[in-house]
Amino acid sequence: MWQAIRRWFDPRELRSVGSTPDYRFSLANERTFLAWLRTGLALVAGGLAAAQFLPPLPLRHLREVIAVALLLLGGAVAVRAVDHWARTERAIRLGEELPVSRFPAVLALAVGLGALLLVAAVLARAVGGGR
Amino acid sequence: MSGGRDPGLQPERTRLAWRRTALALTVIMVLTVRLAVTGDAVGAVLAGVAVLGWGAALAVCWRRASGTRPIASGGRSLPLVALATAGFAALGALLVVRGLW
Repeated sequence: MWQAIRRWFDPRELRSVGSTPDYRFSLANERTFLAWLRTGLALVAGGLAAAQFLPPLPLRHLREVIAVALLLLGGAVAVRAVDHWARTERAIRLGEELPVSRFPAVLALAVGLGALLLVAAVLARAVGGGR
Repeated sequence: MSGGRDPGLQPERTRLAWRRTALALTVIMVLTVRLAVTGDAVGAVLAGVAVLGWGAALAVCWRRASGTRPIASGGRSLPLVALATAGFAALGALLVVRGLW
C-alpha cells in the first residue's frame, strides 16, 4: 500500500514504464481525475453544509452522523480518484486494457440509498405532523 | 502552443477543469472556516490550517492551469490536490466531532 502511495507522488516512475502516449490521452485522463475530484469535493461540501445548516434532527446526533459520512465518502472518492488515475495512466502507457472498477456503481448505489432514506424521513415527518 | 493544431482544444479544456476544481476548493475552504470559527483559539488555529491548505492547493491548481504547454503526465499536481481534498474531509470530520463537545 505504501508503495502505491509513493508511486502516486513519483512522476518519474510513472514515466519510466511503456511509451509516452499522445498527450491528449493523458490530458483526458487528467480531466477525468479532476471530475472525480470535484465529485469528492461536492460530497465534502455537502457534509460541511449538513453540519452547519441542518436543524438538529429528532434522532440524537443524526445530523453529525450524516455530515461525517458525507465527509468520509468525499475523502474516499478523492483518494480513489488519484489511484484510478495512476493505474489508467500506466495502462495507457503500456497499451493495456484500461482498469475496470466497481467503485462508480457502489458510489451511485450509496448516494441513491441515502437519497431514498432522506425521502422516507421527509415523508414520515410530513405524515407525522412535523416536530 | 499546440492549441492551433488540436481541434479538440484539449489543453484549454484541461486548464478550465483545473480552474473549476480551484473554485470548488474555495467553496470548501469558506465552509470549513465558517465551521471552525467558534470564538476560541483552537477554532482560529483550525481555520488557519484550512486557509493554508487552500492556499497550497490553489497554488498547485494555478501552476497546472497556467502552463501553456501540455505536460505528458500531471506529475505531483494530481496527488497533491487529492491529498488536499482528503485533508479537508478529515479536518471537516474533526470539526464536526469537536462541535459535539
